[in-house]
Amino acid sequence: MLRLLQIEFIKLWNNRASKVLIISYFVLLTSIALVAAIKFDIGPVQFHLADQGIFNFPYIWHFNSFVTALFKLFLAIVIVSMMSNEYSNKTIKQNLIDGLSKKEFILSKVLTVVSFAAISTVFVFVVSMILGLAYSDYNEISIIFSDLGFLVAFFFKLVAFFAFCLFLGILVKRSAFALGFLIIWTILEQLAFGLMGWKMMSWDAAKKVKSLFPLESMSNMIKEPFSRLSAVQTIGDQIGENLRFDYHTYWYEYLIVIFWTALFIYLSYALLKKRDL
Amino acid sequence: METILTVNHLTKKFGYLTAVNDLSFTIEKGNVYGILGPNGSGKSTTLGIILNVVNRTSGEFSWFDGTTSTHQALKKVGAIIERPNFYPYMTAIQNLKLVCKIKEVPETKIQEKLELVGLWDRRNSKFKTYSLGMKQRLAIASALLNDPEILILDEPTNGLDPQGIHQIREIIKTIAGQGTTILLASHLLDEVEKVCSHVVILRKGVNLYSGPVDSMLASHGFFELRTNNMEQLISLLEKNASFGKLENFNGTLTAYLKEEMDAETLNKMLFEKGIVLSHLVKRKESLEEQFLTLTNNN
Repeated sequence: MLRLLQIEFIKLWNNRASKVLIISYFVLLTSIALVAAIKFDIGPVQFHLADQGIFNFPYIWHFNSFVTALFKLFLAIVIVSMMSNEYSNKTIKQNLIDGLSKKEFILSKVLTVVSFAAISTVFVFVVSMILGLAYSDYNEISIIFSDLGFLVAFFFKLVAFFAFCLFLGILVKRSAFALGFLIIWTILEQLAFGLMGWKMMSWDAAKKVKSLFPLESMSNMIKEPFSRLSAVQTIGDQIGENLRFDYHTYWYEYLIVIFWTALFIYLSYALLKKRDL
Repeated sequence: METILTVNHLTKKFGYLTAVNDLSFTIEKGNVYGILGPNGSGKSTTLGIILNVVNRTSGEFSWFDGTTSTHQALKKVGAIIERPNFYPYMTAIQNLKLVCKIKEVPETKIQEKLELVGLWDRRNSKFKTYSLGMKQRLAIASALLNDPEILILDEPTNGLDPQGIHQIREIIKTIAGQGTTILLASHLLDEVEKVCSHVVILRKGVNLYSGPVDSMLASHGFFELRTNNMEQLISLLEKNASFGKLENFNGTLTAYLKEEMDAETLNKMLFEKGIVLSHLVKRKESLEEQFLTLTNNN
């Protein structure tokens, strides 16, 4: 297993573009700490974002995992190209001839993707912990370690998304087209949702079907955290709108995402196995 | 004899095109094999199948004693297929280190193999800066990293300049001299003739012949003869049962043998009949002539 990771590491780390993207991804993850520095001080209007409660435990787990998940696009580029470059350089052929089995080949990619997700999760955990300890209003151990489920959801969300990217890289074989496909897929999911709600069923039913779609199910892993902010809640109460949604991730939502992850990995393997190189 | 590769009734179809049709042959340790065939005869497809990159339609093959899986067996094989494929952004050393990881061999052989192919000086240049000849030589170095039991080369001199071709051939000869089994696919017959002891001949995916180069055709060779007294020579040979076809071209008579006869016997016989030869050569058909005979007649 370590050997497969080393193989993939040599391939990635010697590629300048990948190296730059990976480094900037982790720099961006860390840079979420800079949000704390946002401070307006214009006469009577004083606004300090850190004082708005976004760094309060346990809310910070939710907020940070949601925001950092947006940066996953950087790694998506790396993952799609690490897969499609094997095709365009024909090195996948050479790898197999040199004695890597097709299973090992896919496994080395999957392991890399899981490590990316794991490292990101640890990163978010550490950064949030530091930020929280610095700015949170509540510092009891029991509060600090509650709601860590958001980090678990974050991990599964990333693994699923990266598995999707891997599959697209293998399917399309060209990194630019694969990324284009990803964007088109996003649009297609929304379009299908719109069509179903409009013509075929009630909007509620359409919403339920939509939550089964791969990208939608991934985004359902961590729901938007902004309506939980006390400021937003206050505004909501004033205009008479109930903004107290359910933010938790349910077991069946995990199940859907795990199903897609497994399917994408299996399809990648099946595709590689079936194809002549 | 130790068997390295056994191929049994191998068939590959691309749609309704049959690229390899019921192909069988075996590779024994220590010989140098050539796979010959015109373009599109299924050479590369066959190599692709035994190297795990092309799926077979039917039939089977087994490496070594047949107990190891193909990808484990490939770690004891060195192979180069068509173009050299490496990571363009990595240097020779980095690329070879990666191959070592895949083949699970220590990195200690890298220097030795790069020196063998004359690339040690350029070891830290990126692969994309290499010329085609250098790329091909790096591919050979990479294939040799594990001191393979068998080296498989597919058109190794394709697209190279005469110097490059010469270099690659010298390397192949050196390796063959060390007793490594070699399987060389090529349509360049002189190349195969120079190094191979055995051949497999394919046409349209069908095996026409496999065995030693010498016994490819049931032929006893031919004489090239020249004399002042050509008519008498011809009439004499026509009456001799040992000779078949006679060709008179530009004053040189080519006489094909139907049974074994050495040059001395012929010379003596003709001299006794009063014919003095000014030119006498006994030859076997070149591989090219044999190849063309085989691929055309069938």
